[in-house]
Amino acid sequence: MSRSFDYLDHLEAQSIHILREVAGQFERPALLFSGGKDSITLVKLAEKAFRPGKFPFPLVHIDTGHNFPEVIAFRDKLAAQLGEKLIVRKVEDTILRQGLKDGTGKYPSRNALQTNTLLEVIEEFEFDACIGGARRDEEKARAKERIFSIRDEFGSWDPKRQRPELWDTYNGAIRKGENVRVFPISNWTELDVWNYIQREKIELPDIYFSHSRNCVVTPGGQLLAITPHIRLDSEDITSVREVRFRTVGDATCTAAVESLASTVEDIIQDILTTKISERGATRLDDRLSEAAMEDRKKNGYF
Amino acid sequence: MAGLKFPHSTHNTLIMNILKFITAGSVDDGKSTLIGRLLFDSKAVSHDILHTLERQSRNKPDGVLDLSLLTDGLRAEREQGITIDVAYKYFNTPRRKFIIADAPGHVQYTRNMVTGASNADLAIILVDARQGVVEQTHRHSLVASLMGIPQIVVAVNKMDLVEYDEKVFYHIAAEYQKLAQKLDLKDVKFIPISAYVGDNVVKPSKNMAWYSGETLLDYLETVTVNQNWPQYDARFQVQYVIRPRTEAFHDYRGYAGALRSGTFKKGDRVRVLPAGIETTLKSIEVHQKEVEEAFAPQPVVLHLEDDIDLSRGASLVKINELQPSVTQNIELDVCWMSERPLKPGDRYLLRHNTTTVKAIVKEILYRVDIHTFEHQSTDQLALNDIARIRLRTALPLVFDAYKQNRASGSLILINENTFDTVAAGMLLEAQKEAYLVSEFAI
Ligand SMILES: Nc1nc2c(ncn2[C@@H]2O[C@H](COP(=O)(O)OP(=O)(O)O)[C@@H](O)[C@H]2O)c(=O)[nH]1
Repeated sequence: MSRSFDYLDHLEAQSIHILREVAGQFERPALLFSGGKDSITLVKLAEKAFRPGKFPFPLVHIDTGHNFPEVIAFRDKLAAQLGEKLIVRKVEDTILRQGLKDGTGKYPSRNALQTNTLLEVIEEFEFDACIGGARRDEEKARAKERIFSIRDEFGSWDPKRQRPELWDTYNGAIRKGENVRVFPISNWTELDVWNYIQREKIELPDIYFSHSRNCVVTPGGQLLAITPHIRLDSEDITSVREVRFRTVGDATCTAAVESLASTVEDIIQDILTTKISERGATRLDDRLSEAAMEDRKKNGYF
Repeated sequence: MAGLKFPHSTHNTLIMNILKFITAGSVDDGKSTLIGRLLFDSKAVSHDILHTLERQSRNKPDGVLDLSLLTDGLRAEREQGITIDVAYKYFNTPRRKFIIADAPGHVQYTRNMVTGASNADLAIILVDARQGVVEQTHRHSLVASLMGIPQIVVAVNKMDLVEYDEKVFYHIAAEYQKLAQKLDLKDVKFIPISAYVGDNVVKPSKNMAWYSGETLLDYLETVTVNQNWPQYDARFQVQYVIRPRTEAFHDYRGYAGALRSGTFKKGDRVRVLPAGIETTLKSIEVHQKEVEEAFAPQPVVLHLEDDIDLSRGASLVKINELQPSVTQNIELDVCWMSERPLKPGDRYLLRHNTTTVKAIVKEILYRVDIHTFEHQSTDQLALNDIARIRLRTALPLVFDAYKQNRASGSLILINENTFDTVAAGMLLEAQKEAYLVSEFAI
């Protein structure tokens, strides 16, 4: 009998273990689904953890209103295929309800506002755990993130109050009002995720693969898709490029990379040869300050 | 910038398995530099991060790339100039994926190292060649031993500052061997390195022709890690019960969980603990496919022949293998992680795998002096103390001694009010006959 168990099997086993702990320890968990490859991977892992049963949590999407239409279409198709409950809450509604100011400037980002909608939806459904697809390799401030990360009533993350995390014994006990963010793929790198997508033949939104797109070239040299959400002026240089996206966040702050990679194998080769970190390549907002991510986390950002 | 060549690598998918390791050293022994060197020389650093590094290193007098910046994280730490917790770093070579738990060396150190060590297959203990084995080395080695880390590498760093003298290296190795013996550390490997210059980290040293052994990375890539859980006795705890209640799966009741050690075969006679009921494994599913055999650490779904209603926390073991301990009176080693002291009579929540029970502290047997390893009597435990204690639990626990089986011998204690994790516990061998008593409800 063959007992082969490779490194992807190990990562997968750990993630399934974490998902089942969420199911066992919490009363009202949710899976935060962005439509990106990391959350699509989470959905795959949830299938492995809970089928033939239903997921013990709904999928929750925080729609910034700046999403790529391809991603929204993919989200709806996937939820229908899975037969799982999808809850969508729009940042736009939060802006109206709370009288907030929308993002301004050339590339108005709703990343910060997303946090408000997330906290609203947590309150609405009294979620006690929110599963997310963040990985420790994404960014320095994430490197110390726990797999079960405790947030106070305001969604804030206090680096000093995090619990030591021992073995694979997760402590999800919380007081009223607190909730836990759970990161089952913390130990995966971008490359691991792509290797897994390849092995499991996981379907992704088209925008992850090379396609022609009309882009504006930012002064920093990054390529931003031209969408109705950004403001162009006469000095802007636009051109049609062969691009793909490495992450699929808010269209106003997620840059495309030039690439001819049209299959998962091509992308894996691309990652191995280009060696630019995912965030470095594609997130406009993290570059504003080195501690930007950390501040967002303290304020309840995922 | 001039002079900085970006490394380039195109290796992938042959990666076989994962090695999780921890690095331990006193402040300034060169831990950050070593990790930076491993990441840098194995080409795991992205170009944009190198640029940032280069920008940050520009203010330094010698202008040399400060590789330690690669492992520096949160702003609070940048301000204090120290790291405050365990940070995880990842890199891979064609052979392995590596997960580094980087625990910093200062006051909180025991707690952080214990946390990092709980999941480590290997520990790199750094020793400054100029200082040799110091008090801190005792502490790090004690924790490594307590946490049952299977492999130890003593990296004698800053060899460039002792003129790459082999006598210095061999002297330190001999000193350390004495320590290893006291702590019953078996697999100890010694490597002379210079993290700063790069000798014997990834590339063999030209300065130490007298050393013909492997470089640190070679060793990390090839050392056999103890992944022979399948050879252990089978241990399983129900994590979650899958009951679809749909037409297609009307009577389906699957017990989901991870196989913590050992193997299960279809048809195996098993015992449910602590209830003591015997039954047979009707079928085993792995990722929704029926299999003849499952092995640790696979996530599985088990089905039983008899209609027994198990819930989260119930254990399954094979009747023809060594039985685990089943008892309410436990003895264990703990690392105390809270600022509030532990005292006899205190109550805590105890989490062991998927079981949570109440527990009361019966006795503190002794505290271990982390430098001399002497046993001291005490009436309370303070933050970072390592001690042996006795607890009584509200319900029986099903476990093995930590030394025999890390997965089923480990537990945590939780404060009943704050719910903070306050201790790491490593169980000791206990009485075995209790499973015959079937007075316990499932
Ligand atoms: N000469 C020399 N200096 C080193 C070596 N390793 C580290 N250092 C220096 O020792 C100091 C402390 O190193 P660092 O990595 O920050 O130590 P940490 O506190 O253990 O993380 C820094 O100035 C390093 O440049 C080495 O192998 N040789």
